[in-house]
Amino acid sequence: MRIRLEPRAEPSQLMRWASPVLAVSATLAVGVVLFSLLGKNPLQAFYVFFVKPVDSLYGVAELLLKASPLMLCAVGLAAAYRANVWNIGAEGQLTLGALCGGGLALALQDGGGSWLLPSMILAGALGGMAWAAIPAWLKTRFNANEILVSLMLVYVAKLALSYLVHGPWRDPEGFNFPQSKMFADAALLPNLLAETRLNTGFVIALAVIAVGWLFMRRSVIGFQMRVAGLAPAAANYAGISAKRTVWLGMLISGATAGVAGVNEAAGPIGQLLPSMSPGYGFAAIIVAFVGRLHPLGVLLASLLMSLLYLGGEAAQISLSLPSAVTGLFEGTLLFFLLASDVFIDFRLRVLRRPVRPAADVQPVAAGGTG
Amino acid sequence: MNALSGADAAPPRLRLEGITKAYPSVVANDGISLSVRPGEIHAVLGENGAGKSTLMKIIYGVVQPDAGTIFWDGRPVTIGSPARARALGIGMVFQHFSLFDTLTVSENIALALDPHALGGDLAHRIRTVSERYGMPLDPRRHVHTMSVGERQRVEILRCLLQEPRLLIMDEPTSVLTPQAVERLFETLRRLAAEGCSILYISHKLDEIRALCQRATVLRAGRVTGECDPRRESASSLAKMMIGGELPQPRHREATTRGDGSLVVRALSLAAEDPFGVELVDIDLSVRGGEIVGIAGVSGNGQKELLSVLSGEQPVAAAEAIVLNGVAAGRMDAASRRALGLAFVPEERLGRGAVPDMSLAENALLTAHRQELTSRGFIRFDAVRAYARATIARFNVKAPGPEAAARSLSGGNLQKYIVGREILQGPRVMIAAQPTWGVDVGASAQIRQALIDLRDDGVAVLIVSEELDELLEICDQLMVIARGRLSRARPTRETNAEEVGLLMSGSFIGMQAVARAQSSPAGLVDAD
Amino acid sequence: MEHIAALVALTLAAGTPLVFAALGELVTEKSGVLNLGVEGMMLVGAVVSFIVAASTGAPWLGALAGIAAGAALSLVFGVLTLSLMANQVATGLALSIFGVGLSAFVGLEYVSVVIDGIKPLGISGWSDLPFFGKLLFAHSPFVYLSLVLFGLVEWFLFHTRAGLVLRAVGESPASAHAIGYPVIAIRYLAVLFGGACAGLGGAYLAVAYTPLWTEGMTAGRGWIALALVVFATWKPRRVLAGAYLFGAVTLAQFQAQAIGVAVPSQLLSMLPYVATILVLTIISRDAAMIRLNAPASLGQPFHPDA
Repeated sequence: MRIRLEPRAEPSQLMRWASPVLAVSATLAVGVVLFSLLGKNPLQAFYVFFVKPVDSLYGVAELLLKASPLMLCAVGLAAAYRANVWNIGAEGQLTLGALCGGGLALALQDGGGSWLLPSMILAGALGGMAWAAIPAWLKTRFNANEILVSLMLVYVAKLALSYLVHGPWRDPEGFNFPQSKMFADAALLPNLLAETRLNTGFVIALAVIAVGWLFMRRSVIGFQMRVAGLAPAAANYAGISAKRTVWLGMLISGATAGVAGVNEAAGPIGQLLPSMSPGYGFAAIIVAFVGRLHPLGVLLASLLMSLLYLGGEAAQISLSLPSAVTGLFEGTLLFFLLASDVFIDFRLRVLRRPVRPAADVQPVAAGGTG
Repeated sequence: MNALSGADAAPPRLRLEGITKAYPSVVANDGISLSVRPGEIHAVLGENGAGKSTLMKIIYGVVQPDAGTIFWDGRPVTIGSPARARALGIGMVFQHFSLFDTLTVSENIALALDPHALGGDLAHRIRTVSERYGMPLDPRRHVHTMSVGERQRVEILRCLLQEPRLLIMDEPTSVLTPQAVERLFETLRRLAAEGCSILYISHKLDEIRALCQRATVLRAGRVTGECDPRRESASSLAKMMIGGELPQPRHREATTRGDGSLVVRALSLAAEDPFGVELVDIDLSVRGGEIVGIAGVSGNGQKELLSVLSGEQPVAAAEAIVLNGVAAGRMDAASRRALGLAFVPEERLGRGAVPDMSLAENALLTAHRQELTSRGFIRFDAVRAYARATIARFNVKAPGPEAAARSLSGGNLQKYIVGREILQGPRVMIAAQPTWGVDVGASAQIRQALIDLRDDGVAVLIVSEELDELLEICDQLMVIARGRLSRARPTRETNAEEVGLLMSGSFIGMQAVARAQSSPAGLVDAD
Repeated sequence: MEHIAALVALTLAAGTPLVFAALGELVTEKSGVLNLGVEGMMLVGAVVSFIVAASTGAPWLGALAGIAAGAALSLVFGVLTLSLMANQVATGLALSIFGVGLSAFVGLEYVSVVIDGIKPLGISGWSDLPFFGKLLFAHSPFVYLSLVLFGLVEWFLFHTRAGLVLRAVGESPASAHAIGYPVIAIRYLAVLFGGACAGLGGAYLAVAYTPLWTEGMTAGRGWIALALVVFATWKPRRVLAGAYLFGAVTLAQFQAQAIGVAVPSQLLSMLPYVATILVLTIISRDAAMIRLNAPASLGQPFHPDA
């Protein structure tokens, strides 16, 4: 008896949607085992991790608040990945977005009135786009691998921000802490729900998701990007420019990440700090995959990932579990997803051996004529 | 010693009994039985998709059968791997060579030989054995510098060095000029006289009748006949192969002469790819209402020429390519389509169509100007309607426009792609290898569609490695060799012999030969 | 003069983790597999080696454990991409993210632990020689080991039949399979070797170079190693040269501060990353050269039955 992986005649639509569910379940199972190994009661740990964070209105607001940057980054990344443009530097583009939008806020303080916030958001988008333009240019002009370039730029972006908040942009009244001045009220995103931290950034994120869906599903350009990702030779045959595809993929995902960054600065953080994100740009990669590179899937996956973040924080407080457990869950989830995705295109087949002959023969010595 | 005398007394070298192999979407081999005597040249005849390749993979141990038995010298064996097949004395020359471009001839051969067979000076053995069989090879050359014909010699030599008792040749002549085919046949006859059995896979009736002593005919995975091809006519063989007569194309008198035209003047292009071919001084002209064919052995610049004509590879000189009177050299594929060009590429899956997308989405790939979009958004109903029209008009066997492109058989997908291009009403049509890997029925339909296109006044250019096809449907014929084009000749005034000579590059002047020999890529056998 | 010898020694030491990781990845890529998880494997190698060294008091045991940990993690990658046909790019990314998370999690309690690391050799007599002593005889055992590894990889790839087979698999797995070579098994071995080397690189950082453990201590070296393989056009000799070049660039930050150059430390810290981008760009321009040297099947999945 042998078990073999056989290609399917046609990809399984069922598995396409069941796969993330399977992956999530498997991750949860691993979580249970992990909690037990750490000496915690698994059911209690489960409750603390997945249920307690959202059992109040404040909790739900936090869920949506944390899901917003994930949604923004991931919907842009989904478009890029579909086009086979592997932007891994969303974290860096997010940082640049925060930097540019925040920089504008610091420069104008209270000035600008009601134009300040939209300008900041625009500045954030442009900052993210500019940062993403670097790997786009290096790839189209010099054939440099965009994965490595965009990733290196994450380190550079974080160092640049660190330099600024330690130095020129440091709040003179900040007790020498590395942080910028707090933003003026005009530079902060309006609150959406009283008694919570939820702000209009969430609405922006939803709007971007809707636009993303329209773009990928119904627009000609979205179609062309998908073709470029699935079959580059066919894209060339159809007259779709490969260079334009790379630019579009990078700029779109850079812009959304930049908006995510400025939303963090103008939202829950309210100033510039050396670290503007607990790894949202990287988590968004996972969100994009778990969401099947589809805007609606991304929406759901962002909520899930946001729950993981909240759970990690809660576990840290009430269970004294390290917050690094979130990163562990994220990686595990992606692994399980990749494994179960296999079954979209392949299936398991148990094979019986072919009919065995009565007697097997030793090979006749090769050579000579028969 | 005549290996064939008394052969009836000895057990057959190879016997297959009831071999069956099924894949998820198709039963490739269904209860196949055949037997090959020692020293016999045995043909396995069948059209594309009949199951020949799968059967050979089973014999060579690459694939395991679901049922059935293989007998070697009269005793049952299991061939679990190519190494086992080689140990038994079976050698295989693949249709798509299993060679490594960046390695030398020696290294390629060393990889295929079992380590303890490597004794002695391999380079010396390569030289002597290759010369003995009339196909001399230099062991130190890198494979990527060799022509397709030369690469086939390496494949064959790799087998010969293991002193095989059964040699399987899978469609060997698709990459050879007619003259090279004759030389190959001589080598094979010599091998057979020495006692080696040969399994010759092909769909070319004339070759099989010239070379083989027995033939097993396959159709749709089953054996439909066994015979001595020397005593059969092409017609009777065709009947066994496809269950009917070989379809003949119908030529109308071309009454209209459309205004489409494709003119190329003095086009030269350096090879971008280190393994590619340089195009030199290309001149060609196709007018409405005629079919011009470009013949040639693969690897002589066809790929490069097609990319340049279709717009996938724009050139610097806009006037080098004049499409319907417009200097189009710099335009990309989409712009040329807007001018009235249609192109059916050589690779269906991955280039002509996106495998994972539906037929409808694939219609959108090139036919978007047929009012399939509106202000940047897709009109899904129009797209589906267009796909349905294509499916109906061109007899594409598919569940519907939502079927994935890769779920279609080769012939049906090719019909869809050809149909998609034709329904756009082009004024110039370029088709590359239009019937490669396509079953006989679909081939006939595609050829007829191209002829009908010509009769409607469209300018048609066909680039193909199948000489017979070109001789059958083209009005004018040119040959490409080493990146150069011969002048066009009316098909009626030439024949396969003459074209074969041209394919070896005889039309290239002495100066050009000297120039070409200093650049390693794209060489054709000089002899 | 002594100063130069000291600089060379520091450069070699700084480049050594890159030598390990990049050589390992080179072998993996030569077989046609692209493993982007080097950063994750290095970190896991680092944390495991540190924990074992701290618990057993034997840093060499730690190093061995680090090698095993890197290999174990690469096995997960191998199963997903070689047996389950998952996308290599996505799986490699997943591996890196997972490795970062796992190492942070497991190493939490060891952040401020101090261990007795593996010190550079002091070969009595030899290492006290003026100039040459420091230049040749006073390196960490890992540095010597990395040079030995380089020799082994170079010899294996280009002077043995097994290496020829590996290169053939990377060039055309379909042809290798048709001839009868176990493509999947060969790729597994290549992937495991890459994982072991990455783990060794991380272990070197944790139990010899610094020695300590902090979250994310490789600071992107795994990614730089990936760029190095491209920069070296898949040739071991160039990997060595490139690794030491980067070692020098990494040192430049500290040297600049020592000289008193008034550049903010963060900007100096950017140097290795910017340098990586530059070399990658320079080498990638020549698409023809990349095409000639890159394993033709790099990153593409191979299914024996398809």
